[in-house]
Amino acid sequence: MQNSRLISLIKKEFVLEFRQKSTLAGILVYIVATVFISALSFKKIIHPTVWNALFWTIFMFISVNVSGKSFMQETKGKALFNYLYYNPRQFILSKIAYNMLLMAVLSLLTFFFYSWFVGSMVQDLGMFLLALLFSSSAFSGVLSLMSAIASKANNNISLMAILSFPVLMPLLLVSVKLSKHAIDGLAWSVSYKYLLILMMLNFVVVALATLLFNYLWKE
Amino acid sequence: MIKWWKILSALLILYTLVWGMLGSVPRLDILNETIRNVYYHVPIWFAMLFQMGYSVVYAIKQLSKNDLKTDIISNQAAETGLFFALPGLLTGCMWAKFTWGTWWTFQDPKLNGVAIAILIYLAYFILRSSIDDEQKRARIAAVYNIFAFVMMFVFIMILPRLTDSLHPGNGGNPAFAKYDMNSDMRMIFYPAVIGWVLLSLWILDVKKRLALLRHKQNEQ
Repeated sequence: MQNSRLISLIKKEFVLEFRQKSTLAGILVYIVATVFISALSFKKIIHPTVWNALFWTIFMFISVNVSGKSFMQETKGKALFNYLYYNPRQFILSKIAYNMLLMAVLSLLTFFFYSWFVGSMVQDLGMFLLALLFSSSAFSGVLSLMSAIASKANNNISLMAILSFPVLMPLLLVSVKLSKHAIDGLAWSVSYKYLLILMMLNFVVVALATLLFNYLWKE
Repeated sequence: MIKWWKILSALLILYTLVWGMLGSVPRLDILNETIRNVYYHVPIWFAMLFQMGYSVVYAIKQLSKNDLKTDIISNQAAETGLFFALPGLLTGCMWAKFTWGTWWTFQDPKLNGVAIAILIYLAYFILRSSIDDEQKRARIAAVYNIFAFVMMFVFIMILPRLTDSLHPGNGGNPAFAKYDMNSDMRMIFYPAVIGWVLLSLWILDVKKRLALLRHKQNEQ
């Protein structure tokens, strides 16, 4: 019963998203356009550090745009309905799970377009994809909660950025470091501790979000 | 009536100010006499972290009790902590200038951590000011406070231990690792830590009383 509720909530998110295809298409255009602009302005990137930094900057803005608006559509009426009908823990978990899935796909797409337009420099593809996957899930966890906070504070878009950027920074720095290792093709024995930290951060973020959302929930 | 620990704090800080300058210190390369900054720079950061911790404890209390007073205390502690970040940064910048040769560097995870901690608390105050309803503000600010503190803790405490840092104890530069600080220095350093933490509590006490009085006045 509990789990089926959760799955149906996640399903609901997907249905809502696909019913309004314009948002999803908008995000795709956003990704392609950003990558294209950077490809045009940089012409050719020779230095792996620059490649890495640019990729993660693009990634960060995309994730703030995608997961950041997960609570933006919640009008007063909808929020009241959700409050009466759902369990807060399931509700936030469904949001996080949905954002994680979406961000996993979108980050892979970003990487695909980025390597297509700008050129790929990654030597250890497996490690890079792992870094991408874990950081996109941790990002969506943080951003889901931040979006919930921002939606309670008058849904201010700039507030979303102010709140989430400093909190995302530790995550971003670990991901940048890890993906730099993957680009340079370093041995896994060097990078595994960063991967462990990313996983731990994932766990911490999801646990905190489920715990704290309960208190945001009440009006 | 002045409480005894306030007098103790003033005495301890006075003692460390005087003996920090007069006491003997080990002669180390690069650091030279700047090692005396350890009596001021480090305790100030301890005081800041203490206040941030205080703020988080009251944020947790706020969520469990839903009492506006705890929210006020939590906010005041965060303000006091941010206030201590300023002298902490200034003493740190000065020290960096005379030992590493630069006021600020992006290479050091602790410096980055501090910059981000300051950004986080500024965001916290902006969040507070953007919500009008008191009860709602108390709850939402507490949630952000707890979440941000955990992320900051990861950043300041765990990440520097993984990467190279210019700070002592993390990288390979000469400094007051455990064996560098001799017993003379410890006799000043530990009282300094206690003194500055007590001073931060004193400031918090005054701010807290003022804020609670204002709150009472508004209620009537």
